[in-house]
Amino acid sequence: MTIAVIVYPGTNCEHDIVHALSLAGADTEMVWHRDTELNGATGIVLPGGFAHGDYLRTGAIARFSPIMDAVVDLAGQGVPTLGICNGFQILTEAGLLPGGLVANRDLRFICETVHLRVESTDSVLTRAAHMGQVLSIPLNSYEGNYVADDVDRIEAEGDVILRYSDENGNVDHITSPNGSTNSIAGITNASRNVAGLMPHPERASEDILGSADGMVLLEGFVASTDLVDA
Amino acid sequence: MTYSFTISIARKAGLSDPEGTTTKKALNDLGFDGVTHVSYGRTISVDVTAATPQEARSNIEAMCEKLLANPVMETYTIEALA
Repeated sequence: MTIAVIVYPGTNCEHDIVHALSLAGADTEMVWHRDTELNGATGIVLPGGFAHGDYLRTGAIARFSPIMDAVVDLAGQGVPTLGICNGFQILTEAGLLPGGLVANRDLRFICETVHLRVESTDSVLTRAAHMGQVLSIPLNSYEGNYVADDVDRIEAEGDVILRYSDENGNVDHITSPNGSTNSIAGITNASRNVAGLMPHPERASEDILGSADGMVLLEGFVASTDLVDA
Repeated sequence: MTYSFTISIARKAGLSDPEGTTTKKALNDLGFDGVTHVSYGRTISVDVTAATPQEARSNIEAMCEKLLANPVMETYTIEALA
């Protein structure tokens, strides 16, 4: 029962997510992006950072790292797969999640704690949360503005799992800190085993950090990996 | 034979383009009232060796589809340089 944490050149959140996953009871193993095997992994996490310097587009180069064939293969088999921030961008570039991420509406790097409203519990990330729950989690990104040319389909199929909101769970365009379409902060795929979000749940994993609200997401993710036969 | 191409990549119409929106506003503020739309993109120059110009262009198209553009949110045009 090991969650593989993929490390690219430029990844910088791998130790944070390893620590937070251990708090949720998971065993983890860091895997270098040039490796090609993920034997026995019951879950996969693509952490935050700036893989390959974000050159060309965020995630565009990382999406072709040698490890990605194994990531795509296991995700296709239903293995729980999570992308956080840059990891989310890589998953969209790889086509494992719909849409893409572009520069923030106000063209500045956002580094602040935001509120997220749980929109669906039908995903490996949100399964332990409850509908409408409001979570306080840090957002740290320049290209976190979610766009999709088929956003109506994404909404209709229930792929949106988290939306930016205020502290009471109200959502409007003002509560979207980065201009994301429909205030979308996190989405899942049709099979519900791949999820991505721009905010960092591992940075809200202990009270000493100011919030432990990210743990309900990470605990749900770890619980979903326990169901996988490696 | 080496062939040179310029690839222009643009955000799909209708998708958020904060750089374009901000630049348009700045131009309007400067008095360029006639500016109705600004959008940002990228230009990439690529030299490629191939047996024929057709093969070179077809290679460039494959590069655009696979890596240089993201078809989910971008379009591209290819210009062959003499």
